[in-house]
Amino acid sequence: MSLLFRNARVIDPANEIDGRMDVLVEGDKIVEIGPAIPESRIKLSSPATDSKDSFLPGGGIIDCAGKILVPGLFDLHCHLREPGFEYKETIESGSRAGAAGGFTSLVCMANTFPVNDCRAVTEYILRQARERACTHVFPVGAVTKGLKGESLAEMAELKDAGAVAFSDDGKPVMNTSLFRRALEYARGIGMAIISHCEDLNLTGQGVMNEGFVSTTLGLRGIPNAAEEIMVLRDIALAELTGASLHVAHVSTAGSVRAVREAKRRGIKVTAETAPHYFSLTDEAVLGFDPNTKMNPPLRKAEDVLAVIEGLKDGTLDAIATDHAPQSAVEKDVEFDYAANGIIGLETALPLTLKLVHDGHLTLMEAIAKLTVHPARILGLEKGKLKVGADADITLIDLEREYTVEVGQFKSRSRNSPFQGWKLKGAAVMTVVSGKVVFRAA
Amino acid sequence: MAENQGRGTPREVSQKPPQRWAGKDILGIQEISVAEIELILDTAASFKEVSTREIKKVPTLRGKTVINLFYEASTRTRTSFEIAAKRLSADTINISASSSSVVKGETLIDTAKNLEAMKPDCIVIRHSAAGAPHLLARLMDVPVINAGDGAHEHPTQALLDLFTVREKIGRLASLKVAIVGDILHSRVARSNIWGFIKMGAEVHVAGPRTMKPAEVERMGVHWHTSLSEVIPIADVIMMLRIQLERQEGGFFPTLREYSRLFGLNMEVMMAAKPGVLIMHPGPMNRGVEISPEVADGPFSVILDQVTNGVAVRMALLYLLVGGEKESERSSL
Repeated sequence: MSLLFRNARVIDPANEIDGRMDVLVEGDKIVEIGPAIPESRIKLSSPATDSKDSFLPGGGIIDCAGKILVPGLFDLHCHLREPGFEYKETIESGSRAGAAGGFTSLVCMANTFPVNDCRAVTEYILRQARERACTHVFPVGAVTKGLKGESLAEMAELKDAGAVAFSDDGKPVMNTSLFRRALEYARGIGMAIISHCEDLNLTGQGVMNEGFVSTTLGLRGIPNAAEEIMVLRDIALAELTGASLHVAHVSTAGSVRAVREAKRRGIKVTAETAPHYFSLTDEAVLGFDPNTKMNPPLRKAEDVLAVIEGLKDGTLDAIATDHAPQSAVEKDVEFDYAANGIIGLETALPLTLKLVHDGHLTLMEAIAKLTVHPARILGLEKGKLKVGADADITLIDLEREYTVEVGQFKSRSRNSPFQGWKLKGAAVMTVVSGKVVFRAA
Repeated sequence: MAENQGRGTPREVSQKPPQRWAGKDILGIQEISVAEIELILDTAASFKEVSTREIKKVPTLRGKTVINLFYEASTRTRTSFEIAAKRLSADTINISASSSSVVKGETLIDTAKNLEAMKPDCIVIRHSAAGAPHLLARLMDVPVINAGDGAHEHPTQALLDLFTVREKIGRLASLKVAIVGDILHSRVARSNIWGFIKMGAEVHVAGPRTMKPAEVERMGVHWHTSLSEVIPIADVIMMLRIQLERQEGGFFPTLREYSRLFGLNMEVMMAAKPGVLIMHPGPMNRGVEISPEVADGPFSVILDQVTNGVAVRMALLYLLVGGEKESERSSL
C-alpha cells in the first residue's frame, strides 16, 4: 500500500532539511520527498480502498499539519532480553515499546542467556525479529565468550551472521591486553566496539553514585572515577590500535571531558549518553526506590550539566535508551539487592525533547542524536530520509502533553523512575518499512 | 510538629501521656524534628522509673503484639526491644534470619505481607541493607521501627545516646561531641550526627581518611583525621566499633596500627576535659578502639547507655503503638 504524508514539517538532519514537505511511501520504500505531492500519485500507485490498515482513515493520506516528520528513531543501545529472560522483555514486546516511543530500529545488547557470542544466537535473534518484531532489530555480538572477559568471541562469524557491533555491555573487559586485541581484531574486520566503561575494582560493592546522597543514605558509593578511568584507558587503546571505539552510557563530567579531548586529537571515538543521565541526579535515589538504580549510577547536578554540555557541543554523538527491563522479581527488593537498569524506550523521545523545550538543543540537533548519528556510528544506512530507502518514519507532536503512566507501557517491564512525570512531546505515529506499527490514540 | 507540652517526669506514666505521636514509623533521625526528639526523650524519662520497680511491668500495651524481625545478628538491640515491649505488657515475637523462611529465599515483601496478615501492632526490623525498613514501612499499615539498616541509620541508638547525654550533663545544646572511628560504615554515627546537630550540639568526627564518607561535612560536622584534635575539646567522646573485615577492604593496614592512631586509652585520655563522657554503642573491641581501663573507667557511661536503651524503646513503642489509644486505655 501507499502512504502520503502531507503538510508535515520534515526534519532530516542527515540532509539538513527542515521544511514543510510531503513524503510519499510506496510499499516499504520512500519514493518521493518534496513540496505538495499531488494525491493523484497515491491513487495511481495503489488504490487506497484496498488498504487493509484499519488505522488509517483517509485512504493512506495522512495529514501531518502541526506535526514533525523525522526519520524513524534509531536506538543504539537497548536490552531486549531474548533469548533467556523473556519474562522481562521479548524481542516482540521490546519492539512494540520501541515503536510506541518512536523508534524504528533497535540495537540490542549481547547479555542474553545464552550470551550472543555465537552465530546460533545471532541468527535466533534475527529470526525472532523477522517473525515477531515490528521494528528493525540489530544485534550486537559479544566481545568475549560468555561476557567473561577471558577470550575473544568469534567476531568475524558474528559479523557474518548479522551482528552490527561488539560489546560486553553490562560489564567491562577488565583485562586491558585482551581489550586491546579485541579493538585490533574488530578494526581488522571493519567493526566498532561499544565499551561499557567501568573499573570493577573501584566500583566494588557500590550501588549508587558516591557523594553526599550516598553518605546520608548509607549506601555504598561508586565514584565517577570508576567510569572515567576506563574511558581514559579505552581512549588510549583506541589511539594505540586505530580502532573505532564507541563509549556507551556516558554519565560523568570527567568522561565528557575525556571524550571531548580525544575527539579534538583526532582519535576515532564516539559516545552516547542516556536520557536519565541528563534528566535525573542522584537525589532521585532518596527514598531507596530501586527504579533509580542503574549502572552507571545517576550522578550529581554538575555531571548532568556536563552531559548536557557534551550533547550541545557534539562530544556526545548520540542519545541511546539503555532500555534495561527488569521484572518485579529483580526490583521489588531491598535497594542493595535490586538489579540495575531502567526501561527507556517509551520515555527517551519526550525526555530528549525536554532539552529542546528548555533551550539546550535545537530540534535538528536532538533528532540527529536519535537518528543519523547513532546509525552512522555503526555504519548503517539508517536514520535518514532518502528516496529508495526503507520507509522508516516517525511523526512527532511537539506540543502533546501527558503524564507518564508505566501501566500503559508496551514493554513487559515497569521499571521506570519517570512514573508520574509530566512530559511534553511524543511520537504519534511510527512507520517501519512502510507499515504503520504505532499510532497514538 | 508535635509541641512539647509534656516536659519533666510524670510519676504515673500510664495515666498521663506527655504527648501524642503524629507519624506512623521511626525510620531515621534525619526525618524527625527537634520537638519529636524531645517528646521521645521526655517520654523515655517517664518510663525509666518502671525498670527500677520491684515489678517491672505496666499494662500500657497489654494485648498488643510486637514483632522483632532481625535479619542481622544482634544481642543488645534485640534484647532491649524485647524487654521494653515486655515491660509494657506487649507480646513479643523474635524472628531472626537464620530461623525464618528467609533462608528459603522468601523476599522481604512476602515476609512483611505474611507477618502483617497475622495482625501485629508493631514491627521492629534490623537489616543489613540500607532502606529495608523503608520498604517495609511503605507496604505495611502497622508502625515500623528501624533497629538499624545497613550503614544508613540506627535511630533508637541515637535516641538513647541523646537521652544518656542529656541525663548526665543536663543539656544537649552547645556541647561538643566527638564521634571516632569507622564513620563510613556506621549507622550509629549517621543517626547521632543528625540527632546531636538537631539538638544544638557541635559534632566532630574523626577517623582514618579511608573511612570518611563522601562530603560528610555537608551533614554539618567537622572532620578530623587525628584523635588528638578532638579529645581536648570534646564534652562527649563516642567510640565506634572497628570491624576486622575492613582491614581486608584496605581501609587500614592492621588493627594494631588502627589502635595506635584511633584507640582511646588512658594516655590519650590525659588530654580530655574533666567530666567528659565516654560512650560506645557496643559491642566493644576491648584493646582495639577502647582500652579496658577507659571502658570501665569513671567517665564511661557505656552501661548507662544500655539501661537507657530500654527506657527509650519503651517510649517509642508507647508512642507508636499505644499513644493514640488513650480512650481505650483509660477504660481499662
